Amino acid sequence: MHELAVTEGILDMVLNEAKKRNVERVVAINLVVGEMTGIEEDCIRFYFDILSENTPAGGAKIAVKYEKPLFRCTGCDRVFERKNFTFSCPYCGYPGVLAQKGVELYIESIEVE
Amino acid sequence: MEIKVLKNIMEANDAIAEKNKEIKKSRGLLMLNIIGSPGAGKTSVILKTIEHLGGVCGVIEGDITSDLDSRKMAERDIPVVQINTGGACHLDANMVYRALDNLEMENGVLFIENVGNLVCPAEFEVGEDFKVVISSIAEGDDKPYKYPLVFSKARAVVLNKIDLLPHMDFNREFFFSGVRALNPEAPVFEVSARTGEGIEAWSRWLQDIFQDLQKARQ
Repeated sequence: MHELAVTEGILDMVLNEAKKRNVERVVAINLVVGEMTGIEEDCIRFYFDILSENTPAGGAKIAVKYEKPLFRCTGCDRVFERKNFTFSCPYCGYPGVLAQKGVELYIESIEVE
Repeated sequence: MEIKVLKNIMEANDAIAEKNKEIKKSRGLLMLNIIGSPGAGKTSVILKTIEHLGGVCGVIEGDITSDLDSRKMAERDIPVVQINTGGACHLDANMVYRALDNLEMENGVLFIENVGNLVCPAEFEVGEDFKVVISSIAEGDDKPYKYPLVFSKARAVVLNKIDLLPHMDFNREFFFSGVRALNPEAPVFEVSARTGEGIEAWSRWLQDIFQDLQKARQ
């Protein structure tokens, strides 16, 4: 839902980075996004194509690497991925707690010419 | 050629949020980012809480287009600044920065009522001391499971409309275990802004934090 604001941020950062390094053309942008952020890559691409037109990043490909949220079991200490509507451990049934994974939102790298 | 960037996408927003934190500190404010669905009762809980807290309280109202909520505040002589986001689904640090400029208030509790939405506001720091999620019995018990990010980032959860509990199929245990999984430290305050039930315990919790903050400042 808030991909427009997020995409504006991405474009600003990429253009700054390109300027800093005297890059003429950015051809790809690699993002890391935690699934808990709810950021949709199709939305980002849609906004990016419009916003980046006539900039050095115009037409750049956006690749998104999604990170799954992980939970740690308070019983057996194993780390697991949640199923819908539960945060309980699939191995022993004890409640899990969020292991601070799956909330990432950063630019990993850009590919330039 | 690939260039490593490794930069948080929210960097620009977060830099302004830091400025807001400085302003908040210098004015002795406890700043709360209040997040909840449309109709969860954010405005009603804030009004009831201010009644209980007494002292200096102010509100920054985030709303897409209307000023209905801020008028309710102004009618009670509560200092209020309206932010109309004009379509945006969340408040960001810059909007709050401008609002702080228009709010004359010192040494008090400032409630920032975010746009009614459990998704987007979770992502944008505005310089708050902490986030509070206001959820309600009428929304159902599955909200932590469906909107985990916001629950994982809140310092406290207020469960409003507790007076409706006898009339709804709301599984308290299911709701509470969802919150605990995402955020084991966060207290859950069960309140009814309508009847006033539970408001005292929640207000006392806030008051204690505010007093600690004031003491630390002296």
